[in-house]
Amino acid sequence: MDADAPLLSVEGLGVAMGGVAVLEDVSFAIAPGETLGLVGESGCGKSVTALSIMRLLPEPPARIASGRIVFDGTDLLDLDAERLRAIRGDRIAMIFQEPMTSLNPVFTIGDQIGESLIVHRGASRAAARAEAARLLDLVGIPAAASRLDRYPHELSGGQRQRAMIAIALACKPRLLIADEPTTALDVTVQAQILDLIARLRRELGMAVLLITHDLGVVAEFCDRVAVMYAGRIVEEAPAAALFAAPGHRYTEALLRSMPAANAPGRELPSIPGSVPPPAARGAGCAFAPRCGFVAPRCRAALPPLGAPPHRLRCWHPAGAA
Amino acid sequence: MSALLEVDDLATHYAGRGGIVRAVDGVSFSLAAGEVLGIVGESGCGKSTLGRTILRLLAPTAGTIRFQGEDITRLDRQAMGRHRRDMQVVFQDPFGSLNPRHRVSEIVGEPLAVHRIGDRAARAARVAELLAMVGLPPDAQRRYPHEFSGGQRQRIAIARALALEPRLLIADEPVSALDMSIQSQIINLLAGLRARLGLAMLFISHDLSVIRHVSDRIAVMYLGRIVEIGPAAEIFAQPAHPYTQALLSAVPHTDPSRRRARILLSGEMPDPVNPPAGCAFHTRCRHAEPRCATARPDLTARRVDDLAARDVACHLLEPRP
Repeated sequence: MDADAPLLSVEGLGVAMGGVAVLEDVSFAIAPGETLGLVGESGCGKSVTALSIMRLLPEPPARIASGRIVFDGTDLLDLDAERLRAIRGDRIAMIFQEPMTSLNPVFTIGDQIGESLIVHRGASRAAARAEAARLLDLVGIPAAASRLDRYPHELSGGQRQRAMIAIALACKPRLLIADEPTTALDVTVQAQILDLIARLRRELGMAVLLITHDLGVVAEFCDRVAVMYAGRIVEEAPAAALFAAPGHRYTEALLRSMPAANAPGRELPSIPGSVPPPAARGAGCAFAPRCGFVAPRCRAALPPLGAPPHRLRCWHPAGAA
Repeated sequence: MSALLEVDDLATHYAGRGGIVRAVDGVSFSLAAGEVLGIVGESGCGKSTLGRTILRLLAPTAGTIRFQGEDITRLDRQAMGRHRRDMQVVFQDPFGSLNPRHRVSEIVGEPLAVHRIGDRAARAARVAELLAMVGLPPDAQRRYPHEFSGGQRQRIAIARALALEPRLLIADEPVSALDMSIQSQIINLLAGLRARLGLAMLFISHDLSVIRHVSDRIAVMYLGRIVEIGPAAEIFAQPAHPYTQALLSAVPHTDPSRRRARILLSGEMPDPVNPPAGCAFHTRCRHAEPRCATARPDLTARRVDDLAARDVACHLLEPRP
């Protein structure tokens, strides 16, 4: 395999839900060891994108209508269920917002960490248990060995998230998909968990796809950022460049509306209206009805995403002459 | 000027799994007419319980609540009725707090009907006025809550809270369930109404950026107690309590110039059933001294530097003589 080839490449991904397009022409790539942030508001399609990569969407009602998802040279959309299972939890692992709903309440933490080692690696029970203790220690759970026999409800929210990360890391995945991993956590615990993921990423050399609505988290944690709006990527660039000089009018307006970007007490430059539902996105740019820079062309035609390193789906981007 | 609200040594304990939960445990502060006090802290710190106790939705265990000069701590339902008009609440979840079977006109007009204010025509006129005030179209009256987006539902809840022209609004995480582009709309609305109506607010939130934007003063809570209280600008410029310092440092920012050196706390907030002796934060504090484990520091004016003093509960800061 080519050394410069991306680890994951999503190309022209389209997903329909009950016949309505919810994702359209989503394309991005992640290099080995890289962290890409996928950011946007609810309904923008960021979680659908993650679930598509893992082939965890309920099909039907969901249907992958177009595109390719190439992981390490293999198009995941060509694989049968058995070969997908061999990749999931092994070379690609995923963690979710609410560990309580993704951990199995009737199995101990130790069993759940050890399971993927037994399934994917053919480890013995004893070896799996020893490795589970090592992983719990790695993710910073105190007195790890004594916690192996605990059930999920006996751990705090932060510890459950750490346990879920331990499960995800069991087989040393090359790609970790983290879907709002800190949204349910307090800000000081969020700082602990993000610090942990960053450390493990460095130590294990894994790539991370971080899905979040929190622009601050993305800015501090990710190498690159893709901003989604109404089912499409509207902007993608290195994180520092995107936050220093956002190009898409949606990204720009969102950053300007944040309380932290404004003097206390001042009226916030808010974005009028709300996100259109999938069936009402129109022919042109889906942000056009809320955009302060809208022109006739914006409503009529969808702008192309443009070329790297700073891709933009906007006819009248900020900073353009 | 006398305070609108005075809370003195307030405690709210309740029976939980494993013992008595000391959710609020000795909280004192005052709020002037027209002032906004932000109450900030992480889950389990007691901020929501504090708001609900002041509203008398929960029974206080000890201490006093004075509102408009009268001790309301133990008023019966009927006597409390007079004060309810002047003290209203907006909750986080605009889905759960609006009756799905009632039209918006009934929801917003309900407080007027309950308090027998005006005749039917006068009430209808007032409802129309309130909806205009919160930025909803006139035809909203005839519709049901499910026909509205989250942001619009929060506008309905705010219109209902303002129907009786209260002097105090307790806003408990009013924008936390909303998308980023909608949050700024609701923050602007609340700030505008506060200026126009001279409303005082207790603004309860875990979001430090939002708290900073809307508050005149801020109270930081940890395990049922206020650890630091003072003008918002001063606390953000120079947090004095080690917990406040860690909390502010944990907030991720898109603007690199706003980032603080991160102070990672170890562990999580202790169980409010068995709070640590002395300063409740000493188990996680990097500056803790032996006395912190035994003697509880008072929330009293202490030297923050050569010039400034602030109410902080920390032994490491000398009380101002």
